[in-house]
Amino acid sequence: MTIRRIFSGPARLAAIAPLVWLTLFFLLPFGFVLKISLSHTVIAQPPYAPLIPLTGGFEALRAALAQLDLGNFASLAADELYVMSYVRSLVVASASTALLVAIGYPIAYGMARLPPARQPLAMMLVIVPFWTSFLIRIYAWINVLQHDGLLNRVLLALHVVDKPVVWLSTDTAMYLGIVYSYAPFMVLPLYATLARMDVSLLEAAADLGCSRLKAFWLVTLPLSLRGVAAGALLCFIPIVGEFVIPDLLAGSERLMIGQTLWLEFFTNKDWPVASSIAVVLLAVLLLPLLVFQRLERRSVEGGTR
Amino acid sequence: MIEPTTTTTSASATASPLLRIVAVTKRFGGFAAVDALSLDLVAGEFFALLGPSGCGKTTLLRMLAGFETPDHGAILLDGEDVAPVLPHRRPVNMMFQSYALFPHLSVQDNVAFGLRRAGLPKAEIAARVAEMLALVRLEGFERRKPDQLSGGQRQRVALARALARRPRLLLLDEPMAALDKKLRQSTQAELKELQRRLGTTFVIVTHDQEEAMTVADRIGVMDRGRLVQVGPPRELYETPASRWIAGFVGDINLIEGRVVSREGGRLVLALPDGGATVMALCAGAGRQDAADGCIAVRPEKIRLAPADSAAGEGAPNRLAGEVVDVTYQGSVSLYRVALKGGLVVRAALANASRAGVPDLGPGRAVTASFAPEDGVVLEA
Repeated sequence: MTIRRIFSGPARLAAIAPLVWLTLFFLLPFGFVLKISLSHTVIAQPPYAPLIPLTGGFEALRAALAQLDLGNFASLAADELYVMSYVRSLVVASASTALLVAIGYPIAYGMARLPPARQPLAMMLVIVPFWTSFLIRIYAWINVLQHDGLLNRVLLALHVVDKPVVWLSTDTAMYLGIVYSYAPFMVLPLYATLARMDVSLLEAAADLGCSRLKAFWLVTLPLSLRGVAAGALLCFIPIVGEFVIPDLLAGSERLMIGQTLWLEFFTNKDWPVASSIAVVLLAVLLLPLLVFQRLERRSVEGGTR
Repeated sequence: MIEPTTTTTSASATASPLLRIVAVTKRFGGFAAVDALSLDLVAGEFFALLGPSGCGKTTLLRMLAGFETPDHGAILLDGEDVAPVLPHRRPVNMMFQSYALFPHLSVQDNVAFGLRRAGLPKAEIAARVAEMLALVRLEGFERRKPDQLSGGQRQRVALARALARRPRLLLLDEPMAALDKKLRQSTQAELKELQRRLGTTFVIVTHDQEEAMTVADRIGVMDRGRLVQVGPPRELYETPASRWIAGFVGDINLIEGRVVSREGGRLVLALPDGGATVMALCAGAGRQDAADGCIAVRPEKIRLAPADSAAGEGAPNRLAGEVVDVTYQGSVSLYRVALKGGLVVRAALANASRAGVPDLGPGRAVTASFAPEDGVVLEA
């Protein structure tokens, strides 16, 4: 009732805008991908069949739709290559997200405890790397990590190692690249949560018998879990679909799902299988989103009753 | 450490104060927020630290809680210097101005928080939580989260949480600042009642003189880091020690003039316009040499009568003037009267009947008067 009254006239149009956006740039393209995922590969242009006949009437349309089936999805499930790619993507994304929390939390906590005048500077330092293209920064890492790169030269000079270490094309390099690239997405939401926290809560905890460590454990940490969840979601979802970093920094023996999709699409020219990979990936990614939304809704409900 | 002074070595436990603040100074940069302040509190009293914002009252309270450490001086609780003791080890609890309730914990978990840290057995914690919630009349709200409560309910949770550990000393930092006026008044009465029932020593910080007078047994007025007067509410109001205190605690008229005589415990001043003189009792000898003096009179102690009325003729302190304006305030009406010499005095007349005092409207010539014993001689 009240919502309807508030969203009237121009305000209602503003409320519709995201729906229009979502329809045009997400739902509609996704419909195309879904349709292709149900099609068959052919050597033609475009490389799949059937095509939806726009002329020819209802009968022709029904004949075309009758050719669609779930065969691609069946082959995804049957072929170990695809299953392993999904598993590897989820493992890499989970491990990276855990690393990001472990590294990002202390950084965000330190930033939030800086004197207020210093905090904007710290935030700038987190954001500044974005001013350089992501691709250039990954290539810079290749430079640092290669056989005669900066890292090996430093290690040799310090006599930590006596011959160059192979960094490139390893999982270590890939994790390094992922954690480096996604750190701001973890630090910023965490920082926002921690900086907003009322410091008198910590004084109250101390007043009621908490040591500093105990106060962190019982007050700061639980109150920052939403920031952790937001940061984890912002990192986990794009990392699952990550293509560039594993392609440039990791070895080629085990592929993440983004790489497999790329191979199917560009090398094998198998658009229907590539599309079905994308559809399954989306379904997999919806799961953590739904969990997060449930948590959010529960805390919102707690707040308005 | 401070040497125990000889006067407090008496065996009587009741006479020795619960809390002794001895020459405590706290500086922030070059600014002394609390400046060589000393104060004794006896067990069971309700003490109010009253002062304008920035006078150092909150800093003093935070030193008692342990959030700030004094630069000089000692804070003795039961004879033991607690200045170096960390907040979580002090038998002192604080109720915060923002309440600082833990938003992720329910009402009962907030109240139990300090009890769990103290390692009390589960059954005792549950019993104490129930007792505290009954004390602040919040039974049935155990499972609510703080943001599901009204402002007044949150305030009571904060009070219950601070009292749950049975502190030797309860500190309250502007506890009613966030409440509306009506609720504040009823809460003040409840707080005072609660303190009397528990017998816990309360120290409240407030900038609201009405609040301090309502709840406290004794009030310490602070200005620029120092205690300028300490005493029961009546003493503070009726015999303020200085013009600043007189003006800060309630409303007052300051009547200044040249000293005519200072004999027999009476100070007589001549007002600048030459004609009228005013007289007030002065207790001490005062500054015998001062040529100028000041007599202060509270507005409700000034009486007004039409100039042509013969009532009270011949009595002292009759000042002719004219009503400038009248502000109706419900229980009283405030009259501003311009005296012959130009001084404007305020007189508060009780609206004892619904008709009020109709013959004293603006422009009327009136006589303002007060009894010599109702004037306060202010030397400072």
